[in-house]
Amino acid sequence: MKKTIEMKRRTFLVGAAAAGGGLALGLDLPFGAKVAQASAQGGPEVTAWVVIKPDDTVVIRIARSEMGQGTLTGLAQLVAEELECDWSKVTTEYPTPGQSVARKRVWGDFSTGGSRGIRESHEYVRKGGAAARTMLIQAAAGEWKVPVSECSAANSVITHAPSGRKTSYGKVAEAAAKLQPPADVPLKDPKDWKIAGKGVKRLDTVEKTNGKMIYGMDVVLPGMLNAAVKDCPVFGGKVKSFDAAKVSGMKGVKKVVKVDDSSVAVVADTWWHAKTALDALPIVWDEGPNAKVSSATIADYLKEGLDAEKAFVANKTGDSKAAIAGAAKKVEAVYAYPFQNHACMEPMNATVLYTADKCEVWTGTQNGEGAFAAAVQASELPAAKVDVHKIMLGGGFGRRGRSDYVIQAVKLAKQMPGTPIKMIWSREEDMLHGTYHPITQARMVGGLDDKGNLVGLHMRISGQSILASALPSRMGPDGRDPVTFQGLNPAGEFAFGYAIPNLTIDHAMRNTHVPPGFWRGVNVNQNCIYVECFMDELALAAGQDALAFRQKLMAKHPKNLAVLNAVAEKIGWGKPAPAGVHRGLAHFMAFGSYVAGAAEISVAKDGKEVKVHRIVGATDCGHAVNPAQIDRQVAGSFVYGLSALFMQECTVKDGRIVEQNFDTYDSMRIAQMPKVESIIMPSGGFWGGVGEPTICVAAPAVLNAYAAATGKRIRSFPLKNHGIALV
Amino acid sequence: MVELKVNGRAYQVDVEPETPLLWALRENVGLTGTKYGCGVAQCGACTVHVDGQPVRSCSLQVGDAVGKQITTIEGLAAGATMHKVQKAWIEHDVPQCGFCQSGMIMAAVALLKEKPKPTDADIDAAITNICRCGTFQQVRAAIHDAAKA
Repeated sequence: MKKTIEMKRRTFLVGAAAAGGGLALGLDLPFGAKVAQASAQGGPEVTAWVVIKPDDTVVIRIARSEMGQGTLTGLAQLVAEELECDWSKVTTEYPTPGQSVARKRVWGDFSTGGSRGIRESHEYVRKGGAAARTMLIQAAAGEWKVPVSECSAANSVITHAPSGRKTSYGKVAEAAAKLQPPADVPLKDPKDWKIAGKGVKRLDTVEKTNGKMIYGMDVVLPGMLNAAVKDCPVFGGKVKSFDAAKVSGMKGVKKVVKVDDSSVAVVADTWWHAKTALDALPIVWDEGPNAKVSSATIADYLKEGLDAEKAFVANKTGDSKAAIAGAAKKVEAVYAYPFQNHACMEPMNATVLYTADKCEVWTGTQNGEGAFAAAVQASELPAAKVDVHKIMLGGGFGRRGRSDYVIQAVKLAKQMPGTPIKMIWSREEDMLHGTYHPITQARMVGGLDDKGNLVGLHMRISGQSILASALPSRMGPDGRDPVTFQGLNPAGEFAFGYAIPNLTIDHAMRNTHVPPGFWRGVNVNQNCIYVECFMDELALAAGQDALAFRQKLMAKHPKNLAVLNAVAEKIGWGKPAPAGVHRGLAHFMAFGSYVAGAAEISVAKDGKEVKVHRIVGATDCGHAVNPAQIDRQVAGSFVYGLSALFMQECTVKDGRIVEQNFDTYDSMRIAQMPKVESIIMPSGGFWGGVGEPTICVAAPAVLNAYAAATGKRIRSFPLKNHGIALV
Repeated sequence: MVELKVNGRAYQVDVEPETPLLWALRENVGLTGTKYGCGVAQCGACTVHVDGQPVRSCSLQVGDAVGKQITTIEGLAAGATMHKVQKAWIEHDVPQCGFCQSGMIMAAVALLKEKPKPTDADIDAAITNICRCGTFQQVRAAIHDAAKA
């Protein structure tokens, strides 16, 4: 009756390691390592990225994680494009991080965050495809004893034009796999793409419509038990005691386990039994010093940072202080953005089988290698005895880049050697132990001259650094967190889109005990609200049109200007809107892409109800690998962003998060969905991200339309705190 | 031991009658296509049909489902022929992460049974499932297309 996921034999990993990873030594290029290995699905490996079966099925290896964003399909398109294979015969598989480590990281980076999946691996995956094509052609030429130059490949068929002979990839794959890969291979000009650049259908859809797709939560192993877990609800607190005897006789309960200093689990035959017993388990917590922290104390702490002397300066031109002091008009506003949970549809979970000589993990992770490292550490076994099998993610949004739940599951399974344990967090546990969107406030001060020109701007951010707790090794040498300044930097993939003669953007770091994390879009969510809402405030004070006011400051930022103009034109900016409809605009640069949004809204009940009718979203991501998927990412990012704007806040009381489920932490439904019109305008020459960038423009575009509709400028979020609902 | 009729088959299931139907389906019957998302009847990822009606199975006790016809996502296709809603979903490439889609599809199938030609307002009223990826635009288009099939 039960589906059992195939336990992939580890011979692949062990075999590669035993053969001496030396086979791959000295070959740093991800496509270069030459280890003749079979795919888990069968068939010879031509390059690390390409396996071809005798029936011509092409198995493309994907190192990054699919979590809905379409990277699996996009990366496969890029490999297939260079491979010249028949797209209808393409399937994919995930290599494991353990296999990758054993082969000198032949598949490169597994980490899937920061909208990097395609933009940071497109070159080496394409080379992996191109090298395989070259080898397949060479194998066919060798068989026919003709010059390689007389052979060509298309649609998985190799042709020798002079003789008219043809063969298929499947027939020569075995011979090709024995050849040395070429030292380097030229790549196609994107203008010649036939598979990449097209809105082909996703490769993972059918199983997502018939219930057959296996997510981490669906993993079933022979003899498996299930675990429910509770970590101290106050961050930094510990387990003082628990009374296992009270629940050990409950139905299905096998064991009550202290997982680590701060968490307790019940292991049972089913998860429902485990959860029921865990809810009945008396646990006494040592809540520690953080138990007195509340949203109000955190807000006060951040407010103090708005005036602090010391701050990390990220972007400075001229003398903003003097310019503002001498300005004809000074405009000032303070904004605040809350903690938010990712609330992935699938709560965190991991399944682990630990024995004295191996530790295997099955989990949905955005960071295969991070999860692997975490499992090695938590299991205390050598890396060669550990592996992580990546399972489909029921949402990631940044949350599954952290391996806390993997560590917990390994520590738990370690206490029951030989028994596979599936640990699932309840939604409540997931809400209480997130890695939250960081909390910040910002004071914006601008100076306008007598003609309404912006002569000076000071943006002071006060609040949390993500890196300080999540990745301290990536902090700047002076202790700054560069991630805080996404969208505000003088240059780079998160560049500020305005030229202002006197500008200061700085950050007074104020960290809290609530752990922050990377949350789809990360810091551009609030930074874009702060900048783009304030730009409207400045335009209003200057008595100028919001678009024209911006355009004057954007001459040096033509790509920002192009996306902004594109949405303005499509929304009908400057032309009369339908009766009762109001418009707002925003633009930004994020994750290497230029994005803009324009919204049309109407309000009712004295501004307490907002209907978002349309949002136009434009993105210039350089190269568009799958426009149909980009279109979906734009619309999906707006759902995520508007849910956050209107509905979502994690408040803190007695040191813990208050909101524990969707009844207090709501998310948009279909009735609230605006019509999203995306404009994909890749200008070429660079590779920008897609999954995150557009998220940041939805909120300020709607807020600016709201101010236009009501005359009220809202500066703290979510809007539900002002009694404003999305309808 | 209770008997559950799921997708036209009878299953003898060793669960307490107060167990949520969701967990009995997932853990005892072994059908994992129905998903756990919230446990409090909010998100709809666990939507199944009980005697043809869409129900959030996390909040229905097994005892109340005994003797009734339960249909899950696995029982939607007629043999090898997918349901028209599943076909429309594939045609529109609706799912992103896909975790909510079993429930979304079950809600859509129930809507079309009730209202074969739903208006946008009908869809708004009937489809209350959460999708964090934000597939709503494709969901709406796919429902309208399935209605024409």
